[in-house]
Order: sequence, then C-alpha cells, then structure tokens
Amino acid sequence: MSPKTLLEIYYFMRLTRAMEDRTRTLFLQGRVVGGVYTAQGHEATTVGAATMLRDGDCIVPQHRDLGMHLVRGSSPRAVMCQWLARGNSPTLGRDGQMHIGDMHHGIVPMISMLGESLPVACGVALTMKMRKRSTIVMASCGDGATNTGAFHEALNFASVQKLPIVFVIENNGYAYSTPNSKQFAIQNLSDRALAYGIPGETVDGNDVLAVIEAVGRAVEHVRGGKGPAVVECKTFRVRGHSEADKANYVPRELREEWLAKDPIKRFEAYLTTENILSEADRANIEARVKDVVNDAVTFAEQSPAPDPATVADYAFAPDGPIAIVGEPGAEDPRYVNALDTRTGKPFTTMAATTIKLPEEVGRR
Amino acid sequence: MSAVTYLEAISQAIREEMRRDEAVFLLGEDVGTYGGAFKVSAGFLEEFGPDRVIDTPMAEAAIIGSAVGAALMGMRPIAEMQFIDFITCGFDQIINMANKMYWRVGMPVPIVIRGPSGGGTRGGPFHSSSPEAWFFHAPGIKVVVPSTTYDAKGLLKAAVRDNNPVLYLEHKLLYRLPELREELPEEDYVVPLGKAITRREGEDMTILTYGAMVHQSMKAARVLEEENDLEVEVIDLRSLTPLDREAILESVKRTNKVLIVHEDTLTGGIGAELAAILAEDLFEYLDGPITRVAAPDVAFPYAPPLEEAFLPNADKILDAARKLAAY
Repeated sequence: MSPKTLLEIYYFMRLTRAMEDRTRTLFLQGRVVGGVYTAQGHEATTVGAATMLRDGDCIVPQHRDLGMHLVRGSSPRAVMCQWLARGNSPTLGRDGQMHIGDMHHGIVPMISMLGESLPVACGVALTMKMRKRSTIVMASCGDGATNTGAFHEALNFASVQKLPIVFVIENNGYAYSTPNSKQFAIQNLSDRALAYGIPGETVDGNDVLAVIEAVGRAVEHVRGGKGPAVVECKTFRVRGHSEADKANYVPRELREEWLAKDPIKRFEAYLTTENILSEADRANIEARVKDVVNDAVTFAEQSPAPDPATVADYAFAPDGPIAIVGEPGAEDPRYVNALDTRTGKPFTTMAATTIKLPEEVGRR
Repeated sequence: MSAVTYLEAISQAIREEMRRDEAVFLLGEDVGTYGGAFKVSAGFLEEFGPDRVIDTPMAEAAIIGSAVGAALMGMRPIAEMQFIDFITCGFDQIINMANKMYWRVGMPVPIVIRGPSGGGTRGGPFHSSSPEAWFFHAPGIKVVVPSTTYDAKGLLKAAVRDNNPVLYLEHKLLYRLPELREELPEEDYVVPLGKAITRREGEDMTILTYGAMVHQSMKAARVLEEENDLEVEVIDLRSLTPLDREAILESVKRTNKVLIVHEDTLTGGIGAELAAILAEDLFEYLDGPITRVAAPDVAFPYAPPLEEAFLPNADKILDAARKLAAY
C-alpha cells in the first residue's frame, strides 16, 4: 500500500475515534437523548475491512461500524443529525444511532436486532449473483450476534448459494456484559464457518494491517465466485455496551491489556517508525479531523427538529416503478427508489448536504 | 379458455408476473424441483431456471431476510411460506426489518410473503393458522386475503406490483374447491389493494368477512333469505390493510346491523378493530349489538370433532344473525 493510502487509513481511524468521542460528550451534555453505542478499540477492524472494498460493493454494518460507514462515504453530518434526532437526519428523526444507509451507495441500514441484517445481506448478494455482477457484500456482526439463528441461517444459505459475502465477525469479548466464555464453547468464532463449508480465519482485530491482509484474502476468495468467507477480528470493546454501562464487569487488567494494544496508537507507532507519518502530517490530520467533526456537530445543531405534525406520515411507499440498484439509470428520479420519496430529495446518508465538506473528506 | 382453480389462479399470477418483470422471482422451501408443497410453482423451475425459482434451506428468516435484501436492491421477490404457520420463524424480518424500512429510511421494500393459511383440512395446531391479526396490527405491511379465483389472481398481481411488504394469505381449503373454478380474463388484470367488494346486496344486515368465511357467510345469507325473509349484505373485505373503511361504513349505514365473521380467534382479531371503527363512526346508526362470529381463544385443534367445533361455519353464522336480526 502506498504511504498516501496508509495515511488515509490512519485519518479514517482517527476520524472514527473523534466522532465517537464527540458523540459521547454530546450524550454527557444531555444533547443526545437516546442510547449511545461506541466502538473504541474497533477502528482497525472497521476501517481496515472497509478499505478492501471498491465501487459497487455493499456493506451491511452494525452499531459499532462507524469506521466502515465513514470509509464508504457516510456523511459525518448525517451521522450527527442522526444522533441528535434532527428532522433532516437520514431517518427524519424516526430512528437514531447508526441505523442509516443508502442502497445506491451500498450501505444497508441496520436494525437493533443484531444478526438479523445477515439474511438481508444474503438478499443483496443474491441480487448481485442474479445480475451477474462482480461486486460483493461485506456484512459484519459482533460475537453476540453469532449466537442467533439468523447468523446461522445466513451463513448456511450464503454457502449453499455461493453468495459473494465476506462476513466480518467483530469479536470484542462481550455481548453487553456477557463474556465470550458464557456465549460459546469454542476458541475462535471463525470455526463457526467450518460448519457451513466456508473458509474462516481469525485475525488480530487491533492490527489494521493484519485486518487488511486477512480481509483482503477473504475479498479475493469471494470476488472470485467461490462463495462466502468469514473473518473473525478479535478486538476489545474498551467502553461499555452503551454509554449508560460502566462495564464494571470487565476486569481492570483485561482492559489495561487491551488499552495497551490500542489500534490507533499501534498504527501510529508503525507509521512513525516507517517514516510515513511525520509530526506535520499528524498535526494536519488532527486539524482535518477536528474540522470535520466540528462541522458535523455545528451542522446537526443548526438543523431543524422533526415536525410533530408529520408523526403519522410515511407509513407506505408510493406506487411507481422501482429501479434495480446499481444499473444504468437507476438514479433517474422517475423511480420510486431513486430519491427519498418522503422528502422528494436525495437520500442523505452520504455526503449530500448543503455546506460543502473539504474535498478530501467523504466519498472515496 | 377453461375454468381454473383458486390454486391455478395463484400459479398463473406468479408466472405472468415473472414473465412480465425480470425483477420478480420466487424463493422458498421446495418451490423449485418439487414445485411447492401444494404445486403452486409446478413447472416454474423449467421455465425460469434456478436463479429465479430458488429452493431454499428450511430457514424462514433466511427466506424473508433475503427477500428484503433483494427488494432493497430493487427486485420484487415473492417469498413462499410452505404453510403460513411457519411465518413465525421469520417474524422479526417482517416486523422489524421489512415493515419499518420505508418509514425509517425511505427505501421501499417491495416483497410479497405468501402461503397457505386457514383450517378445515385436518392440519392441526401448526398447519391451520390464520395469522392476519398479528400483521394487521403491525404498521408497514399490507394484508390481503382473497376468497375467489378471480381475486386470487388479481390481488396477487397487485401485491407483486406494490412497493411495500404485502402478506398474501391464500386459503388452502379453497385451493382446489370445484365450486370456485372460474374462467379468468385472458388479458392482464389486477384487483386493487384496499378495495372491498359486495358479494351480495341486502338491506337488513351487513356481514363483514373475508377469506374462506365469505363462502360460509354467503351460504348463511341464502338460508336467511329463504327461511327468515332477511336480505343480508355480504361484504368481502379482500384487503385488511389497507382497509376499505368507506365500503364498510356505507353498507352499515344502510343496514344498521352488522355481523363480523372471521376464522381467526376472537380476541384482538380483525373483528375487534372493525367493531371499534363502527362504534366510533356509526354509533347512532346501529340498531343492534355489533356481533362477532370467530374461533374460540385457543390454538387450532386437530381431531375432526374439535376442528368442527372450533371453526366458524354457516350454522354458527345463522345463529348469530338470527339473534342480531331479532333486535
């Protein structure tokens, strides 16, 4: 990878951390009204995995995947509007958290029932297969979700149908307060893949270069039409399940052990040793990150609250033709799924907001 | 053009929609090689190939979830539940995934979930259910219940063309019923969702019903005419969501008495909502109690004497109608 790409990866890891730090502050200030779920420690996994995708691919992210979102082009402004329940958020204030997406840019919106997005990922991949595309799906889930029926139904169906899906399991040690040892009796969650005849690999999820290599192998396998692959990234959820959770159940030594393996510090040390990241680069990136986060928060705070008079709206989608996403002309406004027909405007999950962001930020 | 069965009408609707629109495909258990448990998709695999007629593992969450994913991509999948009872295994994919998608994020989910519902076939507690009330209560999904061969085809075509999740409940007792054989138009037609139809006109009482109970209600109405000189109007709701409130209110305003008949259990059923609507909107028009004929609040029984005792039928409707007429 070129130094430029490595620095970009570093930038996205830093942006992810900074966005979440700010979200937490907003929560503590009482400005985020609902639950806040962050993923300090996951940045190497989420940013590294998403880096291996290209145009036309689709991610099916979960609640700790802000890093994937940002790499694939989700707008920091949209994310902040979502946290702050603004009327112009991607869900128009109907939903919160990272429950956002845009099919035209390959992001499937998640729901809180973790694991349930994986069968949906199968349907996206099935469509790619039916339409004979070379694109792939990257679907993530946590260790907790690997215990659901939906996870197993999805892996099995994907395997039988040879669907182009990379399943990224982010094993952060805990499902809320329940440690791995009370969730499953195997060492590596990648072993779950074996039951379905899928190749599975476990990797250090706090080492972004290791993640990139392992996910890269999985992507190559999947893009080659050989069916799905599983990569388990072993990482650690440094904070609580949500910001309401003090996570006292995590032994202090364990947390300290993982804090010492902080993915951003590790990558920064590597980049510094390799003379890729100078002090000036670092300062520039920090300034960029700060600008983007400040812009997102300012934009969100200046955005309107949803209009209570609209509470019963949008029960059903209107009639009309629907485009097959990703095919020529699919964004022609005559299609019901081309624009957000609730507003008559483009979908807002991606960087499509009124104030222009710095050019290098946003869609890759 | 020969008369076809209710089941053949369903089959025709799917085949014609798949020929018309390459985005339409069918997935479910045993739908391909075997042609479906009831042979709705017999011959489909040969015509459309395994990409569009997909035999799935026994995994309803995967079936419905995959349908949702494909629909987000702009496809129009038809997901078959081998028996509608098994829809519970994929409940979350409907309630939380499909139904809330457009409302949450503005992306339409044009899927049809269909399968054989209803009793009278000695199916017992796991092959006889009428699950409409669960979905009737849930925002974001349309619920369609055809009672005739013509409607079976027309409503299914409308469901496939709709841009929302649609639950299409076919009644397995009607599948091959000889008296439902009908000659269907050669040309393409749809029966719009949300439009009830008056099966029989009358001035003395309105029966609101749907699905297989339409036929029991019609039978009862004929007896009431012959034996009691009562003119009973029978309204077949056809769609539960959207509900044709206008047709319901218009009829009951004229007849002033209303009997609601459904095969599903009583409490919290479709009848409860209909009764609430009528009580709210037509309070001063009612000349008798809003009356319901429905199954008792237990699970669906297997043994024939129990099944007969459980299911509403023309006799039970007659009893209720006569009591109501006496007001």
